[in-house]
Amino acid sequence: MAAKTHIPVEKEYLVNNVLLNESADLPDDVEKFLRYVRRDRVKYPVILVGTGSCGLISGACDTVHEINQYLEEREIKADVTETGCFGFCSMEPLVQVQLPGKARVLFRNVTAEKLPFVLDGMFNSMVPEDMVLGQIRSSSLELWKDVPFIEEFPFFSMQYRNLLKNWGRINPLSIEEYIASGGYRPFVKTIRNYTHEEVCDIVEESGLQGRGGGGFLTGKKWKVAHSVMADQRYLICNADESDPGGFANRAMIESDPHRLLEGILIAAYAVGTSMAYIYIRNDYRIAIGRLEKAIEQAREYGLLGHNIYGSGFNIDIIIRKGAGAFVCGEETAMINSIEGKRGMPRPKPPYPAVSGLFGKPTVVNNVETLSNIPMIFENGPDWFRSIGSETARGTKMLVLSGKVVNQGIIEVPMGTRVRELIYDAGGGIPGKKKFKAVQIGGPSGGFITDGNIDVPYDFESLASEGVYMGSGGMVILDEDCCIIDTVKYFMDFIQKESCGKCIPCREGTRRMLEVYENITKRPVDENGHTTLERFKGVMQLESLAGVIKDTSLCGLGQKAPNPVISSLRYFRSEYEEHIFDRECSAGVCKELRLFYIDVDKCTGCTACAPKCPESAIIGTKRHPFFIVEEKCTGCGICYDVCKFSAIYVK
Amino acid sequence: MDDQTSVILARYPRGHRDCLIPILQDIQDEFGYLSEPSVIEVGRYIDMPTGKIYGLATFYNQFRFEPRGRYHIRLCQGTSCHVTGAAGIVSELEKRLKISSGQTTRDGMFSVELVACMGACHLSPLIQVNENYHTRLKQGDIKEIVDSYLEGDE
Repeated sequence: MAAKTHIPVEKEYLVNNVLLNESADLPDDVEKFLRYVRRDRVKYPVILVGTGSCGLISGACDTVHEINQYLEEREIKADVTETGCFGFCSMEPLVQVQLPGKARVLFRNVTAEKLPFVLDGMFNSMVPEDMVLGQIRSSSLELWKDVPFIEEFPFFSMQYRNLLKNWGRINPLSIEEYIASGGYRPFVKTIRNYTHEEVCDIVEESGLQGRGGGGFLTGKKWKVAHSVMADQRYLICNADESDPGGFANRAMIESDPHRLLEGILIAAYAVGTSMAYIYIRNDYRIAIGRLEKAIEQAREYGLLGHNIYGSGFNIDIIIRKGAGAFVCGEETAMINSIEGKRGMPRPKPPYPAVSGLFGKPTVVNNVETLSNIPMIFENGPDWFRSIGSETARGTKMLVLSGKVVNQGIIEVPMGTRVRELIYDAGGGIPGKKKFKAVQIGGPSGGFITDGNIDVPYDFESLASEGVYMGSGGMVILDEDCCIIDTVKYFMDFIQKESCGKCIPCREGTRRMLEVYENITKRPVDENGHTTLERFKGVMQLESLAGVIKDTSLCGLGQKAPNPVISSLRYFRSEYEEHIFDRECSAGVCKELRLFYIDVDKCTGCTACAPKCPESAIIGTKRHPFFIVEEKCTGCGICYDVCKFSAIYVK
Repeated sequence: MDDQTSVILARYPRGHRDCLIPILQDIQDEFGYLSEPSVIEVGRYIDMPTGKIYGLATFYNQFRFEPRGRYHIRLCQGTSCHVTGAAGIVSELEKRLKISSGQTTRDGMFSVELVACMGACHLSPLIQVNENYHTRLKQGDIKEIVDSYLEGDE
């Protein structure tokens, strides 16, 4: 097992020599020891396997099992450690191998079958070329010849890995490795040297904005909550990331839970609270497990609890599992949910910073925002200000998914152009398909198209293009995707998730969905009423979107029409195509399609013909059938009943 | 069953309303769903009308009121899955099992749940059956998957 070969660490040693040492540089002997804890230098071969959710789904569990078996059979002593996610989902399972004295090498897609091949090569000092992703540059270790460096890979070269520093490098379940990587020192230094106000000032000076999407200055929010007189205040960490297509926060908790805890501790100190909640999505079982373990370790190290390191600061952290409601990502709805009520938003003001959880001042911060805090205190607010653009400081975590070659989580400075994100980091569109649009910010976001793809990725620039940043999901769509269908999908999601408290959101989103259903429906008859209704709906779509936006109670409703407005702005022609020509050029909208029978596959089983309501299918038994195009209404019943996949669509 | 419910309730000695959701979550983790007797017992414990508890529980997607099937199928409904064809997977699965999402088949073999995003977008579309994942699915794969679980059971 891993622990046998990894260097043992004493708690007292770390606390006395590292955490409580406030000088900028640690003594040489301590630093040398920490290098081994961090695995910068190793005594035994080290094999690291990424076991975040994405790794596990890709089969990392089998890989770990296979590694242990491989080592046991050959009686090799090695340090096998499960790390978090490396951020490169499409290359999972990712395995890193480091031999003593040699630079670390990354391998991609190492499934259990391919593993012996990789290890055979490495233990014979030959790097299997076709599976290698690259080696990590190091000044003190011997580099491999003819092996590329990972930064030569465009996916990594444009990244600033500050938040992701420990991802895939340390064991997320080891507080020792986090401390050895510089963790918890900023927190201890902060509570021993700064007042609450000074901490708020530093964060405000750094220019850190809330990463949940709002973009409000974090330091300012803390100050408001701190300035309200109250016997108790609360801090809530929003980890209820439920945006389809966004999972950066989950990966953060799975890969580096202590960074989040440290952020929460510093924030709690700044706000002056002794009670912090983490509201996390219940589906995130692995993340919850790692977080619980991290809290337990922090308590053991005296970083949580009463009078921490003699500073007089008390803090306790409680994990609350969200019960699966998208609206609970809204801060006041989340507060209701923690209080044991339906997750419905409250009217603002009063803002939560004044009167929130149980009527007390409450600060709600996103996982990514809080994870940024430790490094502001480690490197100073000026350092943080120097990264990013004029209007947005620091970096942002993004999730690239959809029709793009490199999928995964990246961290880039604010203000990076969207084109670079898709074509450099993402590696472009697979299969020589044409880029259509990128959907940013999930169901509350919007589209960026070829025309404005050079827009910088930050709060203001995106907002000027009508796009809300959201939590950082980027879904890339190619020519095979239908915009109308995508918007319909979002409307369906939103209207299901609308809590029902205010009418514009409850009724309005439902009506918008109906409009989309009408556009994508193949009308059975062309006479008056249905056609008129369809046109009326489309004509009113824009004004309906405006009303919902202006009159909804919370962020969910106010942002719900964003995909509609954004798609109307850039894809009007696609709407016209669906409405006037009754065509879906991408071939996605089921009812606008025409069906044909593949004569080679059709066995003449006669399953489809009697089911066809228009009697459009003709033929004789045991011979291929035929669909009469003029009669076909595209209902798709034949498509669904065919057991031989003989019916295809054009 | 009552015993197990009281064990869960004993974990929350304060019995305030803010414990309600964690209690219901624990009960669901234990039994797989919220049964009527357990909801009534929770109502007694934290002094709340049963109707109000149902009002709360039905608001949240997590809570189920029917037992889970032996094979619980979770379907990812994320954006990435949608653009790669998750809608077809859902309809195919519902057609094969003759149930809609949130329900359990009559023989108690399968239950279906739709989830927002499982965060494995690079493998989309995907489903999770108990602890197994089936990834990069095509509509035609569903029959085989369902059959494989039926066969494995015999």
